[in-house]
Amino acid sequence: MEALQIILAGSLVAITCGLLGCYLILRKMAMVGDAISHAVLPGIVIAFLISGSRDSVIMLLGAGLIGIFTTFLIEFFHKRGRLQTDASIGVTFTWLFAIGVILISAYAGKVDLDQDCVLYGEIAYVPIDLWITKSGTILGPRVLYIASGVLVIILVFIVLGYKELFLTTFDPAYAAAIGISTTLWHYLLMGAVSITTVASFESVGAILVVALLIAPPATAYLLTEDLKKMMILSTLLGVLISITGYYLAAAFDGPIAGGMATMAGVFFALAFVFTTTAPRLKRSIKTEKG
Amino acid sequence: MTTVRNGKKNIALELHDLTVSYDRKPVLWDVDLELPKGKLVGILGPNGAGKSTLIKAVMGLTPNSSGYVRLFDRNLDEVRDRISYVPQRESVDWDFPASVLDVVLMGRYGKLGLFKRPRKSDKEVALDCLRKVGMEAYTGRQISQLSGGQQQRVFLARALAQQADLYFMDEPFAGVDAATEKAIIGLLRDMSSKGNTVIVVHHDLQSVTEYFDWVILLNLRLVACGPTKEVFNAELLQETYGGKLTLLSDVGNLMKHQHFPNREANASRMNPLK
Repeated sequence: MEALQIILAGSLVAITCGLLGCYLILRKMAMVGDAISHAVLPGIVIAFLISGSRDSVIMLLGAGLIGIFTTFLIEFFHKRGRLQTDASIGVTFTWLFAIGVILISAYAGKVDLDQDCVLYGEIAYVPIDLWITKSGTILGPRVLYIASGVLVIILVFIVLGYKELFLTTFDPAYAAAIGISTTLWHYLLMGAVSITTVASFESVGAILVVALLIAPPATAYLLTEDLKKMMILSTLLGVLISITGYYLAAAFDGPIAGGMATMAGVFFALAFVFTTTAPRLKRSIKTEKG
Repeated sequence: MTTVRNGKKNIALELHDLTVSYDRKPVLWDVDLELPKGKLVGILGPNGAGKSTLIKAVMGLTPNSSGYVRLFDRNLDEVRDRISYVPQRESVDWDFPASVLDVVLMGRYGKLGLFKRPRKSDKEVALDCLRKVGMEAYTGRQISQLSGGQQQRVFLARALAQQADLYFMDEPFAGVDAATEKAIIGLLRDMSSKGNTVIVVHHDLQSVTEYFDWVILLNLRLVACGPTKEVFNAELLQETYGGKLTLLSDVGNLMKHQHFPNREANASRMNPLK
């Protein structure tokens, strides 16, 4: 039962991250995902201090705002200061992340957050962190509710905004020309990534969440040339990573988040070897043409 | 004002004092022009003359522009669904996981509005447009597998799927083979003969008299805008291209030899798709 709950939590997080990651890598913004996942930390701590609890809605809002603020800062430094994008990303997120780290230690007594947990996550605690109502009814692991809630939000976002996301990702100039706001969809996506990161950080941590945002979509990108199939493959990979990662960690008695990120890398390597060596696959078609 | 307005019924595009700058460096200065409806118009000028910028400014894609743009005597937002745009082919990543049909269907997005998915009728329009550009055999093909000329045709089909009245095309002939170029110009001619206005950024001076009804000569400022016969001459080209005289004398010779060929004959000859 515990194993199942942990794997389920891991899958939910990995699926949500993978779906959004598809858009991030196609927009060549993988490292912006990295930046957001770190930069939301002060947002989480501040929301924590204000609300005095791990009330998820407030935390999601706080993180969402900080995430959008992060992308805004990155673009601001890039456009106004004419700083390179990667330098702009590096300056912005480390700074915000550091503020978060300092806030955690400064308010260590008041904030029920542990630095190790924030950095590396602790998905093993999922089964004991229960949601208990005031009347004393136990509704099951809290993380499962948060992760499923966020997955539903992201699914609704992608289903409703599919064609806008598709077009603004593929050809922003054309999108703007026919009256679809690229700025609006950019910030909506960044907000979605921020929320997802918060929902994931408790289970996999701020560092390894990037592995789930980027590795499954990158693997799927190697295997298919269809955006819908890429998202479906990312989803399947997310589940697979969660299952195999759990048992890898169990076998070595190591951290589960580490096991999951390791397996994400293993699947990517397999797909890479497969597509670069096997003939008649998409890569070979591409190079023939090029 | 009203008397002026009445005179603009046949004007597709009007620019008034259009100035665009990037980083305070002006790339277009004070462009004033009017283009009549139903013409096939070429925008000519040396590299960096602001040809693409002109189109982008009209479509509202440049941040710092002043002056005003009127399309069919309206503002852009009022007539956006009547305007289509073909960006430069290199502006997108052709390794993107999408099929030919996916891309052409994007031409319908503006008409669909938020949250709505393409319907069967939209798909039919898209397939029809693919037929017009001779790409119907590639409907389900992934775009990463297309050649340069095929990519250009897909972009053209997407623009056609908008069923607009005014088309802006940024170098539709760049990197396509001769056969594709002939096919595309045939299609553009066909569109303009049906009353559509087509405005094309063009590089090859040799084909100008053959292709375009009107030309816009641009080099940061507007040098000339008018019917090809009137403004495509050595004097104005000299003013547009400055000191590149060898190129110009070639064009001069070419013009002497060709004497503005009969366009009707060319149009029918150059339409292998029909």
